[in-house]
Amino acid sequence: MVEPVTFVVWLIVLPLAWAVAAFVTGERIGAWLGVVGSAIQTFLVVWMVATWDVAVPVIHRVGGWGAPLGIDLAVDGLALAMLLLTQVVSLPLTIYARSYFSEDASKSRHFWPLAGFLIAGLNALFVSADVFNIYVTLEIVGLSAVSLVAIGGGRAQISAALRYLFATLIGSGAYLLGVALIYGAFGSVSLATLIPLVGSNPPQAFALAGLLMLFGLMLKTALFPFHYWLPPAHGGAAAPVSALLSALVVKASFYLTLRLWTELFASIADDIAWIPALLGAGAILWGSWRAIQAIRIKMLIAYSTVAQLGYLFLVFPLLPGQDAIRATVMQACAHGAAKAAMFAAAGVLIKATGQDTMAGLAGMTGRLPLTLFAFGLAGMTLMGLPPSSGFLAKWQLIEAGMARDLWIIPVVALAGGLLTAVYIFRILSFAFLLSPSSVKIATVPRVQEWTAFALAAGSVLLGLRGVELMALLPGQVP
Amino acid sequence: MSSELLFAVVGALIFTLGVAGTVLVANLLRRILAFNLMGSGAFLVLVGLAQRGGESDPVPHAMVLTGIVVAVAATALALALLRKQHEMKDSEEELTEIDDG
Amino acid sequence: MMTSGELLPLAVFFSSLIPGVLIFLMPESATRTRTTLNILGAVVKLVLIFILLAGVRAGDEFGVSFAVLEGLELAFKADALGLLFITLSAVLWLLTTLYAIGYLEHSAFRRRFFGFFSLCVTSTMGIAMAANLFTFFVFYELLTLSTFPLVVHRGTQAAMRGGRIYLAYTLTGGTVLLTGIVLVQNLLGHTDFAHGGVLGAFDDSRSTYLKAIFFLLIAGVGVKAAIVPLHGWLPQAMVAPAPVSALLHAVAVVKAGAFGIVRIVYEIYGVEFAQSLGLLTPLAIAASITILWGSLRALSQDDLKRRLAFSTVSQVSYIVLGVALFGPIGTIGGVVHLVHQGLMKITLFFCAGNYAETLGIHKVSEMDGAGRRMPVTTLAFSIAALGMMGAPFTAGAVSKAWLSDGAVAANMGWVVWVLWGSSLLNAGYFLPILWRTWFRCNRSGWHAEHIPVAGWRETALLLLIPPIVTATATIAAGIYANSDLSPLAWARLIASREYVTKIVR
Repeated sequence: MVEPVTFVVWLIVLPLAWAVAAFVTGERIGAWLGVVGSAIQTFLVVWMVATWDVAVPVIHRVGGWGAPLGIDLAVDGLALAMLLLTQVVSLPLTIYARSYFSEDASKSRHFWPLAGFLIAGLNALFVSADVFNIYVTLEIVGLSAVSLVAIGGGRAQISAALRYLFATLIGSGAYLLGVALIYGAFGSVSLATLIPLVGSNPPQAFALAGLLMLFGLMLKTALFPFHYWLPPAHGGAAAPVSALLSALVVKASFYLTLRLWTELFASIADDIAWIPALLGAGAILWGSWRAIQAIRIKMLIAYSTVAQLGYLFLVFPLLPGQDAIRATVMQACAHGAAKAAMFAAAGVLIKATGQDTMAGLAGMTGRLPLTLFAFGLAGMTLMGLPPSSGFLAKWQLIEAGMARDLWIIPVVALAGGLLTAVYIFRILSFAFLLSPSSVKIATVPRVQEWTAFALAAGSVLLGLRGVELMALLPGQVP
Repeated sequence: MSSELLFAVVGALIFTLGVAGTVLVANLLRRILAFNLMGSGAFLVLVGLAQRGGESDPVPHAMVLTGIVVAVAATALALALLRKQHEMKDSEEELTEIDDG
Repeated sequence: MMTSGELLPLAVFFSSLIPGVLIFLMPESATRTRTTLNILGAVVKLVLIFILLAGVRAGDEFGVSFAVLEGLELAFKADALGLLFITLSAVLWLLTTLYAIGYLEHSAFRRRFFGFFSLCVTSTMGIAMAANLFTFFVFYELLTLSTFPLVVHRGTQAAMRGGRIYLAYTLTGGTVLLTGIVLVQNLLGHTDFAHGGVLGAFDDSRSTYLKAIFFLLIAGVGVKAAIVPLHGWLPQAMVAPAPVSALLHAVAVVKAGAFGIVRIVYEIYGVEFAQSLGLLTPLAIAASITILWGSLRALSQDDLKRRLAFSTVSQVSYIVLGVALFGPIGTIGGVVHLVHQGLMKITLFFCAGNYAETLGIHKVSEMDGAGRRMPVTTLAFSIAALGMMGAPFTAGAVSKAWLSDGAVAANMGWVVWVLWGSSLLNAGYFLPILWRTWFRCNRSGWHAEHIPVAGWRETALLLLIPPIVTATATIAAGIYANSDLSPLAWARLIASREYVTKIVR
């Protein structure tokens, strides 16, 4: 009997394989390969989760080589949660994308190979056990994400891709310099080796390395004020791409920030814990404010991502408490599913109305009720209203903040929820307006509506069964 | 100053120059070059610091090789995007950002 | 395997959720199937509720719970207090569904309307059956979300404005409520409702903290209960179609707020502990101010629905007032008014809808002579209006009698004056309407008449039956108040169970 944990290798190999195959076979077969591959990956990860019994990290030595020359993969509950999120969100998105790109072969030609590389990079990133391998996976993710933005081929998209590219390169450059400093100080890049070596009083070079790496990762996560690259890239890309980017790619660098913060850099983290939280609060206010003012639907959703990423960083003063980690993982999953649903729904609305403006939405609750319902459900998760997963995230965040008498964190989270409601209901109000029945809308395949709805419903239903997801993570530290 | 520290300081200097170029320079081709400078600085630090008692350590060399491959890929993508943008610029006059605010 | 004690509450819940979901999946044109499904759901729900009522009366316990997170449960229970609210909502849901079928006969977006309507009722069921504050909050917010599409149903700019104001109030209130709930969770590790309260174990050193939490909780639910100054959304939400105003803004939404106050005072704090913290008198004062202010504002409204809305603001606080009167008599008065006010107010809204739909009348000043053109509607309106004033032989008289007895028993004599003042003001804004409709003549004719007279039927049959039923119920609840089946008897059962048996003894 094969240990299900070894499936992790297949989660990396499989998307690489279908990416290459899609490049060779062309878009029609490639699309099928992508959908089937994603389905198998989802099946594998669900199997891994179902057989996961102890919260003990599992190390898998690829090819039996072992560190330092070989590559180790480490799976723990946190990584497994992210793997689950990635597969569960990307499967409906591949189905969505197959339909979305079916009329436009020139774009989908590049979409499938790049999406495969992106997913392979993400899966590899979550289970990488050394800081250098993390760098490589970060670059795979970053470069394929940039290329995905550019496949639209429009002037604005190319320009957004370039802006995104430079941001992500500076981020990984800073990260790489940090890796060099760490190797210089300790002679290892393996997380498992480094953590005991660092001790409580690490050298100056290590602190510098920590600052560089965390800065690089925050830039890649688009934490305010490093978010400048995100709105044009996420708001300008094709809908399936925006969904992948907002739901998963920014979560990858956040995951690394969280992991390094609580494990490798725990000794220096306490002194700077309020910086990410303050930036997070800034992100919530600024992102929401810009979303409230937005005119275009996708730009609104992109700024909403800027704001929602802020929630992820609010927990940093509460780390390394397990309750805080649970809160932020829940938020990452909630936002992942909801934002994917929202971009997918926006794609349907834009195709149907032929315009990316809110005014064009008038009367759409009657014409495209399912899509609007999906949009509303996703909005519910983003607002943190019960019974969605976004609410559970907010609830856990507030509880964790109150348990330590840090009142400001719950206050910011609650205020952010109200700001979110302002922009979500602003867009919904447009859709409820009556429109002259003469307005023609294009027909959009039902499968696109249903996949958007499935993602949105998933983000809400997770709120009713959060207990399973949270069981992956270690229990409460007394 | 020991030779390893010298390497590291020079590497850090080159890295800083590279970052400054990537952020501040307006010309996109120069920014791409500056990014490559940035990468080289990081590689220099990595190789420079990783000497144990005068003996060189093969692991960072392997890492730098990997890093160079990544940098080549990134540069290629950047150049491709740049060319694409130039083609479009030729046909239309000005380039407007899509950021609506 | 689930027991029937666990399945029944869920069945009550799903008997409106499933029709709601199915309605969304059906095409707009499937009018007949939709109608059948709606009525079937409402009837099934009533049957289930009768089984529950019999069980609870006999002392059976019904409840079920699911873990959402470790230490956080979505928990339901069907107890005497919850069932009172459930029965009221379910009966009025059936009537309002009939009414809405008639009212919306030719309008667009009926699928959306009935779908969200069912979701609203489902949320109300969740609120009534919630066994802890967390579950209560889940459905409290769902009610907000599912009413929004109904408030903005007409799709005009005015409707959007009303919807925005509605959301601004209710979502902010929800946020305040959530803060209070998490504080309770933080203090106790749970938020379960229990007879006699769960916070009573804390000593005096925490009393300021507990008072602050009480303020947050009451301010949160007070928005939906429309306690002054949190009532501003209610008159604005009157842009909704008449069935929505009738069921949601006379019954479901405002009652959800009032019901929340009952749960918080009795089952989180415990009425004795709340009294010992000195929380009840401020609550009584807030309720009294609301009663008088709502009535005062109603006097000057010419728009009929707005006048009724301000009247609702005033009347719902009778319930709050009853809760705040220390002693079982006041409790009975407040709880029974939950039902009585619902019956009377929904009658008034049905009638207002009939005037608008049949004759195109929206304003009090246009109502001259409407009683001759629409005698049945106007009779129902008159009965309900007299009930609101507390006239003998109506449900309103029973409520007011118990409330004023309760005030005397609680040594709060001033409350009796508030009640008298309110009755006077009620007369001030209702009697002119009755006068106009019955005793003045319409000189200019009915220019905006939509539905012609057909025999004795002054308007469409489906618009006529619901107000007749509820007006009859208003009188029946007054005359047969002492029978075993009356709302009053059930309120006594609640008081004897929920409330402090020690005091009754």
